[in-house]
Amino acid sequence: MNFNYSEEQSLISDSLSKLLSDNCGQEARKSLLSDDKDHDPAIWAALSDMGLLGLPIPEAYDGIGGSAVDTMVAAVEFGRHLAFEPFLASVVLGGSAIQLAGTAEQKQALLPGIADGSKKLAVALLEPEGRFDVGHVATRAIKEGTSYRLSGQKSAVIGAPSADLLIVSARTKGGTPTESDGLSLFLVRPDTDGVTLKTYRLADGRAGADIVLENVEVTSSDLLGSENQALDTIEHIADLGTSAFCAEALGALEKIIGLTTEYLKVRTQFGRPIGEFQALQHQLAEMMIDFEHARSLIYEAAMTADSTDAHVRKKAISAAKVFLGERGRAICQNAIQMHGGIGMTEDYELGDYVKRTLVTELAFGDVDHHLARYAGQL
Amino acid sequence: MDINYTPEDEIFRADVQEFLAAELPKDLSDKVKAGQKLDGEDFMRWQRILGKKGWLAPRWPQEHGGCGWTAMQVNIYDEEAYVAGAPRVLPFGVNMVGPVIIEFGNEAQKVQHLPGIVRGEVAWCQGFSEPGSGSDLASLKTSAVRDGDHYVVNGQKIWTSYAHFSDWMFCLVRTDPKAPKKQQGISFLLVDMKTPGITVRPIITFDGMHSVNEVFLENVRVPAENLVGEENKGWDYAKFLLGNERTGIAGVGGCKAEFQKLLEIARTEKKNGKPLIEDPLFAAKIARLEIDLRALELTNMRMLSGSGSGLNGAFPSVLKVKGTEVQQRIAELQMDAVGTHALPWQQAAMDPAWNGDTVGPDYAIPRMPAYIDRRKATIYGGTTEIQKTIISKALLG
Ligand SMILES: Cc1cc2nc3c(=O)[nH]c(=O)nc-3n(C[C@H](O)[C@H](O)[C@H](O)COP(=O)(O)OP(=O)(O)OC[C@H]3O[C@@H](n4cnc5c(N)ncnc54)[C@H](O)[C@@H]3O)c2cc1C
Repeated sequence: MNFNYSEEQSLISDSLSKLLSDNCGQEARKSLLSDDKDHDPAIWAALSDMGLLGLPIPEAYDGIGGSAVDTMVAAVEFGRHLAFEPFLASVVLGGSAIQLAGTAEQKQALLPGIADGSKKLAVALLEPEGRFDVGHVATRAIKEGTSYRLSGQKSAVIGAPSADLLIVSARTKGGTPTESDGLSLFLVRPDTDGVTLKTYRLADGRAGADIVLENVEVTSSDLLGSENQALDTIEHIADLGTSAFCAEALGALEKIIGLTTEYLKVRTQFGRPIGEFQALQHQLAEMMIDFEHARSLIYEAAMTADSTDAHVRKKAISAAKVFLGERGRAICQNAIQMHGGIGMTEDYELGDYVKRTLVTELAFGDVDHHLARYAGQL
Repeated sequence: MDINYTPEDEIFRADVQEFLAAELPKDLSDKVKAGQKLDGEDFMRWQRILGKKGWLAPRWPQEHGGCGWTAMQVNIYDEEAYVAGAPRVLPFGVNMVGPVIIEFGNEAQKVQHLPGIVRGEVAWCQGFSEPGSGSDLASLKTSAVRDGDHYVVNGQKIWTSYAHFSDWMFCLVRTDPKAPKKQQGISFLLVDMKTPGITVRPIITFDGMHSVNEVFLENVRVPAENLVGEENKGWDYAKFLLGNERTGIAGVGGCKAEFQKLLEIARTEKKNGKPLIEDPLFAAKIARLEIDLRALELTNMRMLSGSGSGLNGAFPSVLKVKGTEVQQRIAELQMDAVGTHALPWQQAAMDPAWNGDTVGPDYAIPRMPAYIDRRKATIYGGTTEIQKTIISKALLG
């Protein structure tokens, strides 16, 4: 076994860390928010120059052909620096959807654009009635000759506002929303008649949207891959996204523990640094114990995220997500607590990291969702 | 021992319900129920209504305009007020400085300040904490130097809740920097917020809200008659006050109302096509929380009714720790209950003046900000760590 970054992975980590720490501090994020921009095009271009937008995309399509572990290495940095760039939305979710479901022509048409950053994708799997279950699909796609008409709603679609293309799950067959048979994926241009985006910021500042589809017409060439059998693929796409979300959290949590450790050294009360109080030392130790165990599970999640063995993959991904949801949340809460009043303020960066972690904790399934899914694999 | 409400209590509850139905303005309760931002006037409007009825100060003696209610009645009122969606009564006047003035103030101070507090007409804030003095409050540095019949006050206060709409601030100042123990050189001053030299600057918390402030005091001249009790004895009054503060902070009435909201959300949200509350995992979390809440409620009643505990002076700390944890847990489960709807950050929609588009059900909008906001409860009024020290000291000596 080997749990260390390879030389290439260290290179990815270092160069990304350098780019992001130079360009996306709190001020930069604030100005993106006040200008109502969802990311910085200059950073996006730099990521493209570094080849990082092609990280998980096969070399045949102008990518690097990296593994989910390579993606994890990058996602850790996006989390550590709270970057807004839609890497997760477009490259991880969008890229894997095309790779896992697309036909050869579709891959040829779309993957190079994702890899060079000229095309941004967003993947719409969750629905308001389905909570966190990507297998709950009430959105319908009704076939009419060579076209389909899509109607339904999608929620919490990260990266949707700036996406050139949406990937939408819809039911081409079957009755109830949770029937596993009859699911398909479609490519939908957001400017198509009948597509409405209700855009917003996610709690961590990144852009997202809820989407309403009303009789949206697409052609059969917009069917992504084959018809009716998409459930396994949908779950796999979500798992790849979840693994990357967990990796972001790892970066954010590491920063949270770092900020807290620093604060315990410099904040004095009762004439000494508060880090000299055993009550706080033990809380800090607790945070680190949780963090290291979270790291192990998140590594495992990344190492299995590419696997088509759904049983192994689901267990590993859900284990990481449950642990993150419970212990990652506790790390955030303890960090605020140990900062006292300062930890509650908007100007201090801790809150931004806490919000980022919260989004990663909830997106694609909370603790109960993944606990139940894990239990289902026992 | 008897756990039941008496028939008199039930009559009292009916009276309270009747009063709330008649007097609580609907626009206010709508705002509270929707989790929207309340401004200073919202809080004060309700306090004036309560003051008019004579119901603002349940725990004060009747001679000063208090209600003379029993512990059970206080609890009943609290529950009903929260369920009806009444704004919470800000504690600074009625639960904090009022009792200090009643206990330690002179006749003139009682005449000047108590009526304004009990009628809900004057807003107060608490200037205790300083940038360098939080948990170690006794290290505070803001100085008050006697100059003729005034004190000249210089320094900075921080985390001053609602200073931005307060008329008066009660604060701790250092009057004897040379005292042998730092607790001994502190005095308790009442400061008119309109006095020249006072600047209030907002602090925005990361839920996006403004309730706390920095208060800068630069050569602020405070009449010497605004000293409460004796010079350099302020620490004793502060300890008395903090005991009261911590008791109120358990917030049982608020917990019960928020818990009801949690149940409503869990009955409305769906999981696998069924109400979320029927999901065994979520139901178990709610059940655990309700057990904690019941324990809190009963312990609060035991304290209010003067029943003994092995802790004497530290009993309020027992309630403060548990009460704030329960508050946090409720807010946390409310957020978890709304599922994906917690992800959009729609904080702006909590301003009643906002008229943009929202996504998800209305009850989902304040959930993540409220989860964040509640983290403060284990920090203010003395952190959980400090409360635990107080409790263990009471045991270990
Ligand atoms: C929203 C909000 C509203 C507030 N409103 C008011 C107000 O209206 N008026 C007012 O005067 N103050 C107010 N406060 C201030 C509050 O009382 C202080 O924040 C609190 O006392 C903690 O002080 P601190 O923030 O300086 O944290 P610190 O004292 O710096 O504490 C940091 C951490 O160290 C821990 N710690 C410190 N000493 C010890 C020890 N000896 N042993 C173990 N752990 C220790 C603390 O528990 C905490 O976890 C408010 C605070 C907040 C957050």
